[in-house]
Amino acid sequence: MAERNSPAAGDAAAKRQFRIWRGDDTGGDLQDYMVEVNEGEVVLDVIHRLQATDAPDLACRWNCKAGKCGSCSMEINGKPRLACMTRMSTFEEDETVTVTPLRTFPVIRDLVTDVSFNYEKARETPAFAPPADVAPGDYRMQQVDVERSQEFRKCIECFLCQNVCHVIRDHEENKPAFSGPRFFIRAAELDMHPLDARTDRKQYAQSEMGLGYCNITKCCTEVCPEHIKITDNGIIPMKERVVDRRYDPLVWLGSKIFRRGETPQSSVTSARAAGPAARPNLDGVHSHAGGSHDPQAEAQAQSGVNWHREVPHPTAPAVDERGKLPLTELTFDRAAAPSPFGDDVTFPLPPEHLNFAHPEQDKH
Amino acid sequence: MTTTTRIERHHYDVVVIGAGGAGLRAAIEARLAGKKTAIISKSLFGKAHTVMAEGGAAAAMGNVNPRDSWQVHFRDTMRGGKFLNNFRMAELHAKESPQRIWELETYGALFDRTKDGKISQRNFGGHEYPRLAHVGDRTGLELIRTLQQKIVSLQQEDKAEFGDYEARIKVFSETTITELLLDGDRVAGAFGYYRESGEFVLFETPAVVLATGGVGRSYKVTSNSWEYTGDGHALALRAGATLINMEFLQFHPTGMVWPPSVKGILVTESVRGDGGVLKNSDGKRFMFDYVPDVFRKQYAETEEEADRWYTDPDNNRRPPELLPRDEVARAINSEVKAGRGTPAGGVYLDIASRLPAEEIRRRLPSMYHQFKELADVDITKEPMEVGPTCHYVMGGVEVDPDSGAAAGHVRGLFAAGEVSGGMHGSNRLGGNSLSDLLVFGKRAGGHAASYTDTLASRPKVAVPAVEAAVETALAPLQRDTGESPYTLQQDLQAVMGDLVGIIRREGELADALVRLAELRERVAKVSASGGRRYNPGWHLALDLRNMLVVSECTAKAALERRESRGGHTREDHPTMDPQWRRVNLVCSLEGDTVQLTRKPLPKMRSELITLFDRAELAKYLTDEELAEFDALAEKES
Ligand SMILES: Cc1cc2nc3c(=O)[nH]c(=O)nc-3n(C[C@H](O)[C@H](O)[C@H](O)COP(=O)(O)OP(=O)(O)OC[C@H]3O[C@@H](n4cnc5c(N)ncnc54)[C@H](O)[C@@H]3O)c2cc1C
Ligand code: SF4
Ligand code: SF4
Ligand code: FES
Repeated sequence: MAERNSPAAGDAAAKRQFRIWRGDDTGGDLQDYMVEVNEGEVVLDVIHRLQATDAPDLACRWNCKAGKCGSCSMEINGKPRLACMTRMSTFEEDETVTVTPLRTFPVIRDLVTDVSFNYEKARETPAFAPPADVAPGDYRMQQVDVERSQEFRKCIECFLCQNVCHVIRDHEENKPAFSGPRFFIRAAELDMHPLDARTDRKQYAQSEMGLGYCNITKCCTEVCPEHIKITDNGIIPMKERVVDRRYDPLVWLGSKIFRRGETPQSSVTSARAAGPAARPNLDGVHSHAGGSHDPQAEAQAQSGVNWHREVPHPTAPAVDERGKLPLTELTFDRAAAPSPFGDDVTFPLPPEHLNFAHPEQDKH
Repeated sequence: MTTTTRIERHHYDVVVIGAGGAGLRAAIEARLAGKKTAIISKSLFGKAHTVMAEGGAAAAMGNVNPRDSWQVHFRDTMRGGKFLNNFRMAELHAKESPQRIWELETYGALFDRTKDGKISQRNFGGHEYPRLAHVGDRTGLELIRTLQQKIVSLQQEDKAEFGDYEARIKVFSETTITELLLDGDRVAGAFGYYRESGEFVLFETPAVVLATGGVGRSYKVTSNSWEYTGDGHALALRAGATLINMEFLQFHPTGMVWPPSVKGILVTESVRGDGGVLKNSDGKRFMFDYVPDVFRKQYAETEEEADRWYTDPDNNRRPPELLPRDEVARAINSEVKAGRGTPAGGVYLDIASRLPAEEIRRRLPSMYHQFKELADVDITKEPMEVGPTCHYVMGGVEVDPDSGAAAGHVRGLFAAGEVSGGMHGSNRLGGNSLSDLLVFGKRAGGHAASYTDTLASRPKVAVPAVEAAVETALAPLQRDTGESPYTLQQDLQAVMGDLVGIIRREGELADALVRLAELRERVAKVSASGGRRYNPGWHLALDLRNMLVVSECTAKAALERRESRGGHTREDHPTMDPQWRRVNLVCSLEGDTVQLTRKPLPKMRSELITLFDRAELAKYLTDEELAEFDALAEKES
């Protein structure tokens, strides 16, 4: 693409090199553009400037330009990002900025992908079940109790977490069985909703949403623009409870009396544990628990839980030199990402091979 | 073979155009009434403008201050709108919004709570008591997500019953409606295109609910997204409906002013509700100098009193930072004009020196992030720079207050949300929009459903009308001689921003009309390059004519109304005129020219007008009206 000479209007605005993927479902390639960039601009501004000049039909989604709607998801230099929240000042002056569509979803045109997968999964996730005997206006909940679910309700459905999750990023075949992190936190949100009348959210997540495919790489948490702790606060607690519910006879007995995962409720649901219980010093405890990289969580799992079984060896995810899963082929040395589980692992993993941190256990 | 035979067709009982709060609530109601319902949206499901609302939804639940009631809310709304509101809409809104909010909880919404477990309510400009139900500063997201999830739950019910999620309610996302089709004076269908493929689609339906939101994209500095091109306003006009109050645009006082690329993006009013104050470049808290007489009684005169109000609102008057938006926007405008602005042309909004950092992050999380990530400003340490931004259009489709049915000569057309007019009069109070969406969305959806029951036969779509619609839609792609839609949009924004902005003058408005007429000719010849698949240039080319006709309505009405009131400020007529309070300016389309007529405002019922003090009414009403009020008061005593 020919470079356009800058209009002789002073040199306040620098020209920067952009490579943008143009094409549709039949194919396409990266095209080079030289674009003016002004102080304080974000990548989306540059795309808008391109639309107004060299590329009027460049397709791109956006709405709010303030990180509130989750429309402008794309991959910028290989990283899943919101274009409206990626400031140009985060790149070197002479760095080429490469913009590509989300890779996990089929391309429609240019930077627009078909994200209908997510809406299908949303539709399959059972909705909030209102309590039968509470009239509108009589809902009473404590702030501490709603806050846990509120964290997940911050989700702007940008689907960056869905895009980055390796279970579906390069494994089209996993899509039917796997709802993805966005919908795990939806399940977690309902599970923690003080008045939701359904009691099987975790079990459902495990059996119908493919929670078991997740090996807690935390890539989803890393890309979430809302900084939702998808894994630590959503996925891991759900997994733990799924596991302990199945295997812990005491819990099984308890669930006959109380709804699982909850303490008995008065009409005001403030009965939640008031802060973490004191923990023994767990420094130095070594564990192979699960895929969690959080040493504290591992220590808890090791100390608090007696599973009466051998701790399985972890299957390390295939990470690059930064210790991260490669996000895109553009920054990785191989075509298509490897399976982080190793080739000898098949899904779903038998639950007895999973091991998780368990905050409840320390409270005895 | 005519083009029409190849167009995808759908049959629905009710078609809702718009998937924001108003549209979704209307669709839920229509579906609950058993109607086969379609929801159409220009962007993806859940991304409509409502998602951006920050502060909260106003409803007199009295959870924080039990003295609140619908009467007080009604009074605040009328006051905020400078008594130009359709009183019946304001009344219904004040009475019904608490139920609409509580209903959201049964759909799964999780609002912030009070200590006793009820929905928490926060202070906002123009509201006498803490009244806004909220979730941090992302209330709009909660609202739209909740409604979206309710629709999903209805679809799950349908799946269980009929084996198909979309048996009775279907969402057509990324689909733009360009034309309403009529059978005589009855709505018969809606025509549009899928943005993804560029293919056309025809919805045959006897009832259409417009919930398309506002018009802000006609201005350069705006908090509104690309969707706000006034499509619903224009569709209604072309279908024979009328618009009222189009001269009233709300300029939100606090938009970001730096960096330039985010100019216009909103800084929520909750910053002020939670203690933030406005200062000029001299460090002076200037709002005390700008309290107009009509509000003198309710607002503090000293900083000490203002600061006490946050903790003891019953014994102190409110800080002037919480005046209605039009007042604050004008004050900022004056400060900047007087040379006391910030380097980027705004004023300072300071919360850092007023609350502990931890508290700021907890109460205003998304503002904290917005400034951190977009402007590299830490609002817990530094003040923000803010200035007015085009935010909301009070004007819209003239509707029957109870049913949302459009006035004018068309049947089967309903409107709710920002696209409808009347509810907010000349100025909307913050938080009154989200509750408006719910109250009137439900009403419009319900009445659209019952309208279809009254029909003996289904209206029919005429083939030539569809062919004409196809032709109009394809025209920009087939021309390669015209101008780029982006250039035209910039020129339109320049005209509106410079000549029909916050402060208006007769000469400039007349000039604006001349320039809009020129633009109209250029827009008629616009050309878009590229193909039909997801081509934003083409989409903008089609939106332009809507923006243009709506801008003409605004300019014409602004020229006609020779007074200043709410969202309309005339430098040459700087005061409110009680005679003008009795008049709505009504826009209609004849051929393709905008006609303006005057229409008297409906008269407030006696039990409502007696909710006000005589002293207050005297600021708004004519002597004749006051005499009537006195007679009324006498009769009652
Ligand atoms: C930044 C910001 C903050 C705000 N904060 C608050 C607040 O705190 N409290 C409050 O009460 N209000 C607030 N408002 C105002 C409020 O959010 C809006 O007025 C309200 O959301 C409008 O809702 P709606 O349902 O009418 O339309 P929207 O939510 O705007 O939805 C319009 C819908 O119509 C669709 N549409 C438009 N044209 C077409 C077409 N031609 N074909 C098909 N579909 C079409 C769009 O795709 C969209 O789905 C805020 C507004 C902004 C911009
Ligand atoms: S933790 Fe990893 S595997 Fe699990 S959902 Fe997130 S990205 Fe996917
Ligand atoms: S959880 Fe975070 S990353 Fe995932 S869709 Fe929601 S906001 Fe986006
Ligand atoms: S445009 Fe809304 S998140 Fe980027």
